[in-house]
Amino acid sequence: MYSCSDLKKGLKILIDGEPHVIVGFDFTKPGKGQSLYKCKLRNMVTGSLFDRTYRSGESFELASLVESDMQYLYQDDTGYVFMDQKTYEQIVLTEEVLGDDKYFLVDNMEVKVLMFGDRGIGLTLPIFVNLRVTASDPWVKGDTATGNNKPASVETGYTLQVPAFVDEGTLIQIDTRTGEYVTRVKE
Amino acid sequence: MVFFLPVKHDRLQKRARIVQTIRAYFIESAFLEVETPQRIPLNAPEANITPILSGDWQLQTSPELAMKRLLSAGYSNIFQISHCWRNEERGRNHLPEFTMLEWYRTHCDYTQLMTDCENLFRYLLPQGQFNYQGRSITLDHPFERLSVAEAFSRYTDTCPQQAIAEDRFNELIAFSIEPQLGLNRPTILYDYPKELASLARQKPGHPDLAERFELYIAGLELANAFSELTDPEEQRRRFRKEANIIPTTSQRHNPLPEPFLADLQKMPPAAGIALGIDRLVMLLTDSRSIDQVVAFCPDDL
Repeated sequence: MYSCSDLKKGLKILIDGEPHVIVGFDFTKPGKGQSLYKCKLRNMVTGSLFDRTYRSGESFELASLVESDMQYLYQDDTGYVFMDQKTYEQIVLTEEVLGDDKYFLVDNMEVKVLMFGDRGIGLTLPIFVNLRVTASDPWVKGDTATGNNKPASVETGYTLQVPAFVDEGTLIQIDTRTGEYVTRVKE
Repeated sequence: MVFFLPVKHDRLQKRARIVQTIRAYFIESAFLEVETPQRIPLNAPEANITPILSGDWQLQTSPELAMKRLLSAGYSNIFQISHCWRNEERGRNHLPEFTMLEWYRTHCDYTQLMTDCENLFRYLLPQGQFNYQGRSITLDHPFERLSVAEAFSRYTDTCPQQAIAEDRFNELIAFSIEPQLGLNRPTILYDYPKELASLARQKPGHPDLAERFELYIAGLELANAFSELTDPEEQRRRFRKEANIIPTTSQRHNPLPEPFLADLQKMPPAAGIALGIDRLVMLLTDSRSIDQVVAFCPDDL
């Protein structure tokens, strides 16, 4: 067990059996009163944010989280299936946990999965991913409203802005941190 | 060299001038400057203040006990600027080692200390106004006086007694009341429930209240003052109550500061106040964090 004086920003703690990360922290102590530790917490499973104040004397436990190297296998009715590179065990991440990351998953991609016990609660993608453009209208010369960019869809259903010269069938590189086009990939 | 020290030069220079001005004010007001030991056998037992140990002794959490023993010996108006230590207090407004100004007057009560606060600030800032974090604070006399009961009725949905019964008093003071106090001019928050002032005198005619006040400026708690309790037996009972809340490693009771209790017998009516110098410097140098007004924080050492 840990005591309140150990609380700090970035610490991952257990509340009602769920992992939470402290994203905001403030110590205060009204005159002659108890120490108060005001924390802004994010539930690492649901993403929900809330405030909680701890008082001196209260204790808490750290959330034990492990990042494992995994390979993306496929999607089925249960969700997105990954395989642990060391143990070969398979785990499923839900669409809720993945969020927009689901658009950047390619079969056999190597990723890092944040594990809480036997539950996967987060994903770290490679910074760059290559995806093929499946639909994009030809660029209309003289259309300056969008600059030299036009909308395009890729094989995963993700849509983004690409330069005018990118045609259907082109393989492009996308930055998974921003979701933006980087370059054409030579094949 | 530590990279941030040159950046602090202006603030540290102002800090030195503020401390010198405080000293000049008290000397002009015929106070005697005293120095008492900072390493002592025992602090006053307080449920919410943890001393830092130094060998078999403790570093002072405040110079209160020694200064009151001087009052018992016949010293009348005294002041001290000294370092104090409180374990595990660290935040934007807290350092575990900080600088405290304490002053005591005999044959008066806490209302005289309210006037002292007004006069000290006017001496520090003759222009009667300063800016803190985008707010203009005026120091016109008198400072706002707000009782704890009035503050609860103005800023919360309950009263002090109910808040204590529900164990919400600290949270309400810290999060609902303090941020509202002293925003345009200093606020003196006075008359605390007796449970929250173990060294203060009971208010005559009001057995539930203690003659204690706190000074707030821009939401920052700056000073804590009492009409001092001078009854040794009542003091012993209250110390015992506080000491019983503090966890002890042995089977015995936590010890009490006996020499202080013995001297309290001879202490005349008096009032005393402790003011945090670091926070005062924060205000007068428009600093958001206490880290900005000291040369080194624990993390820098």
